[in-house]
Amino acid sequence: MLQLEARAEASSFWRYASPVAALAITLALSALLFMALGKDPIRGLQIFLIEPFNGTRAITELALKSTALALCALGLALCFRSNVWNIGAEGQFLAGGMAAGGVAMWLTMEQIGIGNWAFFPIATIAGALGGAAWASITAVLKDRFNASEILVSLMLVYVANLLLSYLVFGPWKDPKGFNFPQTVTFDMAIPRLLSGFRLHWGTVTALALVVLMWIFMSRTYKGYQLQVSGQAAAASRYAGFSARSTLWTCLLTSGAFAGVAGAYEVTGPMGQLTPYVSVGYGFTAIIVAFVGRLHPVGCVAASVLLSMFLIGGQLAQSRIGLPAALTGLFQGILLFSLLACDTLINHRIRLKAAK
Amino acid sequence: MNSPPRLQPAGPRLHLVGITKVYPGVVANDDVSLTVQPGEIHAVLGENGAGKSTLMKIIYGAAKPDSGRMLVDGAPALPGNPQEARALGISMVFQHFSLFDTLTVAENVWLGLSKADSLASVTQRVKDTAQAYGLDIDPARHVHSLSVGQMQRVEIIRALLTNPKILILDEPTSVLTPQAVEKLFVVLRQLSANGCSILYISHKLHEIRALCTACTVLRGGKVTGVCKPAEESNASLSRLMIGKEPPALQRAPVRPGVAILRVNALSLPREDQFGVDLDSIGLQVCAGEVVGIAGVSGNGQRELMLALSGENPTAPRGSICINSGAGEVDVSQTGPIERRKLGLHFVPEERLGRGAVPAHSLAQNMLLTRSESLAARGLAGGWINTRQLAAQAQAIIGRFGVKARGPSALAKSLSGGNLQKFIMGREIDAKPLLLIVSQPTWGVDVGAAAQIRAELLALSAKGCAVLVVSEEIDELFEISSRLYVMAKGRLSPSLERGDATVEQIGLWMSGLWESTDPATQTEAADAAA
Repeated sequence: MLQLEARAEASSFWRYASPVAALAITLALSALLFMALGKDPIRGLQIFLIEPFNGTRAITELALKSTALALCALGLALCFRSNVWNIGAEGQFLAGGMAAGGVAMWLTMEQIGIGNWAFFPIATIAGALGGAAWASITAVLKDRFNASEILVSLMLVYVANLLLSYLVFGPWKDPKGFNFPQTVTFDMAIPRLLSGFRLHWGTVTALALVVLMWIFMSRTYKGYQLQVSGQAAAASRYAGFSARSTLWTCLLTSGAFAGVAGAYEVTGPMGQLTPYVSVGYGFTAIIVAFVGRLHPVGCVAASVLLSMFLIGGQLAQSRIGLPAALTGLFQGILLFSLLACDTLINHRIRLKAAK
Repeated sequence: MNSPPRLQPAGPRLHLVGITKVYPGVVANDDVSLTVQPGEIHAVLGENGAGKSTLMKIIYGAAKPDSGRMLVDGAPALPGNPQEARALGISMVFQHFSLFDTLTVAENVWLGLSKADSLASVTQRVKDTAQAYGLDIDPARHVHSLSVGQMQRVEIIRALLTNPKILILDEPTSVLTPQAVEKLFVVLRQLSANGCSILYISHKLHEIRALCTACTVLRGGKVTGVCKPAEESNASLSRLMIGKEPPALQRAPVRPGVAILRVNALSLPREDQFGVDLDSIGLQVCAGEVVGIAGVSGNGQRELMLALSGENPTAPRGSICINSGAGEVDVSQTGPIERRKLGLHFVPEERLGRGAVPAHSLAQNMLLTRSESLAARGLAGGWINTRQLAAQAQAIIGRFGVKARGPSALAKSLSGGNLQKFIMGREIDAKPLLLIVSQPTWGVDVGAAAQIRAELLALSAKGCAVLVVSEEIDELFEISSRLYVMAKGRLSPSLERGDATVEQIGLWMSGLWESTDPATQTEAADAAA
């Protein structure tokens, strides 16, 4: 009989082995799933594991998606470590996209010609402000009325989506756009990293933010305070750290990060606002944050992994005719396996003779 | 009145041989043997973590030993669960009561019995048992209206209804006033005279010497001695328990200086429904003195501490003032950080989760109340100098003899006593003007407790004002020069230690410092006991 037994001390081995084991379980289950669907499992796994890295174009597309995911996950990791449960990064992503898209649209309509390099910081700041403003709604409601940030931030995702629809169906619609629900195509875009590929300099911003966040979390007093309030609220109160400050810092930071991701998506690869900005990066980023152990560098690795699944899912659809829902399924399996494997951090399995 | 004498079989009532129980990382019981005669009050003495609780759990069927044998009246018996234990005639009264507040005494007892009994018959049996043992209690009363001592009687009656041959009591006096303890002892002696064996778990030496006829001492999971407590001294018992005698405290004559803390008419409504309202509290602590607050927990101590530490900064203006040398400052509505700047440091009773973050290292836990290792304070609150932080933690580990792997050891990996030494060290090292300590030795072993008390005295000798809240009257008598008593959210007048007696403090613990008529005092004390 197998028995679960508490460990005296958390296992640091399983802390890092757990995501790897979860990935292995996910892949094994995927292979079974391919077989059940009557597809060759080797071919299926090849599409998910190899094809996303096949050639410069594939790799740059992977990096593009990873950038958006990593930016959102970075802010969420800070929130989750501080016991602030912001699950509305998708809404903040959209708000940032709308803010930066609005600025780009205005510049285009007013025919103010600025170069891509001058536009880059403008888009970044507009996105950050937009996302932070959206997250601040959650913060105000939590702060003043103690409304659950989980529900508020989640519901605001749908509000953000409807706001976007209102704008592109109404006041922001391109007057010469044959009544399609979309803005004008922007005259400017954030600068590209390699000519001919959609990958842009936002990836570099994201990597810089990863380093900054790592330093903030591990070496600054403010970062320390946030984590204390996440781990032991009574200790935080005892020390005199402000719970309000924690709430606002986390929500504004994660909102700004998700907003920047949205801004880069809209003013980078998309080039205009449409009703379809939301593809779920903000939600996938929740999985990324946990798979990445809520560590900034872990978030980067996990964002590459989850982008691989996103791209693999699209490829599986076009190459071997598997349903599009497969990506979500894999994400779910990965998260569940991770949670299951995490049990081994604080517990061990022991074989016990049956009675 | 007494139940008929039982047929006494020859040989011991309970016999444990070579009991061993291993938990991950710790041997809780190592080849433990225990012999309890019929009608004996047998003490199981040991520090926290010595393995007492594990041993009782094994006897009561709540844990299974890895090896060893247990005999009841000479017959092999190893209960697999508490039901089987009760069937063997073993009953247990836990330290924490399991009673429903909204039900009556009889209904609470009825819950634990078989469904076949009617409430009327249970009520009668409660009455009979209560009468037989002088456990004065009305079966129709609701539990929420009972005092702590009365609730314990309900638990004892509940245990007695199963006609136990062996009754286990786990730290039964930790929540009682001295008067209530005396009453409990009378009941226990009567039970033993009727042939019931009692296992009495405690670390209070004087109680064991006053009550018990035999004693098994545990240290580190092993039996270190079996003796007759009446023939031993406190010193010889504690030698068996901790391996060495705690050093005697050096107490210098007290010359109190200026008042550092003044609390005036502090009234504060409770924060949650289980809290206690503070009612016009007034107290004063001067430089160089140790002031104690006695009282049973749950009488407003927690709320008072929150208001004094600044964790609850909603006290009425002017009610809490600190004199840090530059005149009095009203701190009633400032937070802990501002109060620490004025020299107020506080050690809470919960070490893990309040005084320290369990999953953080000792070095990181320094930052909760200390900021010496921060540079460039403007940027994100300051830059943490990790090397200086580790050195700071290492200095405290060394100076206060904290047993830990080093500054990187996680707070939760330390034993209660060692973590308390670290937290005390962290606050003492900050050179406070005023140190407030809540339950300094709760769950701390005797050796560490003696060290902590000595540190508090040394601190006050250097001119620090020290305020100690404790449930242990002995401890307060040992270290404080003045005492207050807290009861029902109110604080008694101040009492010089030289003028105080345990009886008087016990009486005041029931909130009876105002009535002067001795007759009503005795009556009310009986009701509260």
